[in-house]
Amino acid sequence: MKYTVNEKGYYGKFGGAFIPEMLYPNVEELRTRYLDIIYEAGFQKEFQKLLRDYVGRPTPLYLAKRLSEKYNTNIYLKREDLCHTGAHKVNNTIGQILLARRLGKQKIIAETGAGQHGVATATVCALMGMECVVYMGKIDMERQRPNVERMRILGATVVPALSGSMTLKDATNEAMRHWINNPTDTHYIIGSVVGPHPYPDMVARFQSVISEEMKKQLQEEIGNPFPDYVFACVGGGSNAAGAFYHFLNDEHVTLVAAEAAGHGVDSGESAATTALGKPGVLHGSKTILMQTDDGQVVEPYSISAGLDYPGIGPQHAHLFDVGRAKFVSITDEEAMNAGIELSRSEGIIPAIESAHALAAMNKFTFEKDDVVVVNLSGRGDKDLETYIRWGKY
Amino acid sequence: MKNRITDVFASGKKNILSVYYTAGFPTLNSTVAIAEALEKGGADIIEIGIPYSDPVADGPTIQESNKIALDNGINLPMILEQVKTIRKTVKLPIILMGYVNPVIQYGIEKFAKDASAAGVDGVILPDLPMDAFLEEYKPVFDAVNLSNTFLISPTTSEERIRRIDAVTEGFIYAVSASSITGAKADFAGPQLQYFDKLKQMKLKNPFLIGFGISNNATFATASSYGAGAIVGSAFINVLKASTNISADAQAFATSLKTKA
Repeated sequence: MKYTVNEKGYYGKFGGAFIPEMLYPNVEELRTRYLDIIYEAGFQKEFQKLLRDYVGRPTPLYLAKRLSEKYNTNIYLKREDLCHTGAHKVNNTIGQILLARRLGKQKIIAETGAGQHGVATATVCALMGMECVVYMGKIDMERQRPNVERMRILGATVVPALSGSMTLKDATNEAMRHWINNPTDTHYIIGSVVGPHPYPDMVARFQSVISEEMKKQLQEEIGNPFPDYVFACVGGGSNAAGAFYHFLNDEHVTLVAAEAAGHGVDSGESAATTALGKPGVLHGSKTILMQTDDGQVVEPYSISAGLDYPGIGPQHAHLFDVGRAKFVSITDEEAMNAGIELSRSEGIIPAIESAHALAAMNKFTFEKDDVVVVNLSGRGDKDLETYIRWGKY
Repeated sequence: MKNRITDVFASGKKNILSVYYTAGFPTLNSTVAIAEALEKGGADIIEIGIPYSDPVADGPTIQESNKIALDNGINLPMILEQVKTIRKTVKLPIILMGYVNPVIQYGIEKFAKDASAAGVDGVILPDLPMDAFLEEYKPVFDAVNLSNTFLISPTTSEERIRRIDAVTEGFIYAVSASSITGAKADFAGPQLQYFDKLKQMKLKNPFLIGFGISNNATFATASSYGAGAIVGSAFINVLKASTNISADAQAFATSLKTKA
């Protein structure tokens, strides 16, 4: 249990709830009620049914034969890319909207970077007939136009975040401000394992279905629930949190988190948080954060909009701090090459986020009988334009 | 605890006017002149904002002033130097208001020591939670006579207000509505009921009402319930439009304090 949240809302020295008093009643309501609500039998029944019939779970665990041959080992892909809406994000939005209804909330707000979480939120709001406002950085709206229109088709209002650098961190700021202004009727569906306690733990629990299924599927496939490695990409880190969750206490399972190095860790254009960051407070929790010496948050860069975040979830900060997970930095080029490699060898075009996890395998030497699971968190349809601009295929 | 803040409230003074502005805004070195002008104009407390890249509790006006100040090159060490200069002439209590991350990076103990030495009397960090304050900040603040002020809002429970009152020495910052900062035209009925409830609670600390105080009328209304009021965004708007910062800052403070 030493890797999960303690009763004060901390993971080691990270976590907590660093929020203005105006948000305290909302966050406190969540904190005192989330576990009772999400483990209540009726909730679980509804949640599991939607995950099966609406999201399409369990997602396959696929032995990637040609990729395995190349690495001379056994590589399995956890196919979160086959979830409805094209990524793991919907596992969390289904859970949170069911929770919001039980809290009696009528309206939903969310932040989004690349638009995947925004689409997943707009989707469940349409499903439940709830009003949905999504904040998105003005610059991200321009670079992710198809996702903006997807949200609008689904009935959501997309509000441009015009403050700061007009990207994900500013969209998050705007969503928090909206919540301060509308404290009673609105639930804020945070899209990653970030934010004040209990969000990081709550989102990790909703995403933990990923590693729960991996264990069952590995047991069936190879007669052993434990892989030797689990690879996942980390922006805020929700897919990684879900993929690591049920292996945290099994120290013989090597957990690998792939961060976006952009043009290179030392290029000044990167989102490699653990390589470049220091402990600090952002969006309600103490974590590792890319910042100036003066404590101003630095705007990160990655070719992948989903990894373009200056912090990581507090649990990941802890896993890094105590050495439970290995963090590796993957450049744009390494990720794009890995994405094209998977497309050619397995017929699967991955999201560029997930391509970072695939590329991270190159930093390791595997044994022939190792079992390696890569969490393929999303599909590449949304990234076609980036692939086309990249051009080297 | 005894400092310039506790002295102001102990004096029994009514209609206490606390004025917020952002350090380094509108220009890098305007911080000192604005403090001097506010004292001349009749302000009772000066709140100097430490600009931050991600001010989640602030509306567009203060967000913009933060951004301009950061673009001007301001940082916390420079702000402490400016406070030292202000202290050569200004007698009013000085509060630093900002977000917790720049303080953590500066070092909590070093911040408390340096701020106090520069002449700061109190601190407001809206995103500093009470448990972290009690554990890590209160002992070092107490050691150098720095008051810490917590915010409360209309959604804060009575029980929590009493807890905040118990750990506060100085004053409580009563946010007038469930909102981020920003100038608003007038108070609505539920807000007045909330102010009245606070008044009836007979807290050990005085409270100042802030958020949405924009003019003489809202200041007078707020002051009739609490010890006084805090004005921020409305003053930032004045500074933004000003061509004579000292004269306009002084006139602004005077206009708020003048009975309508």
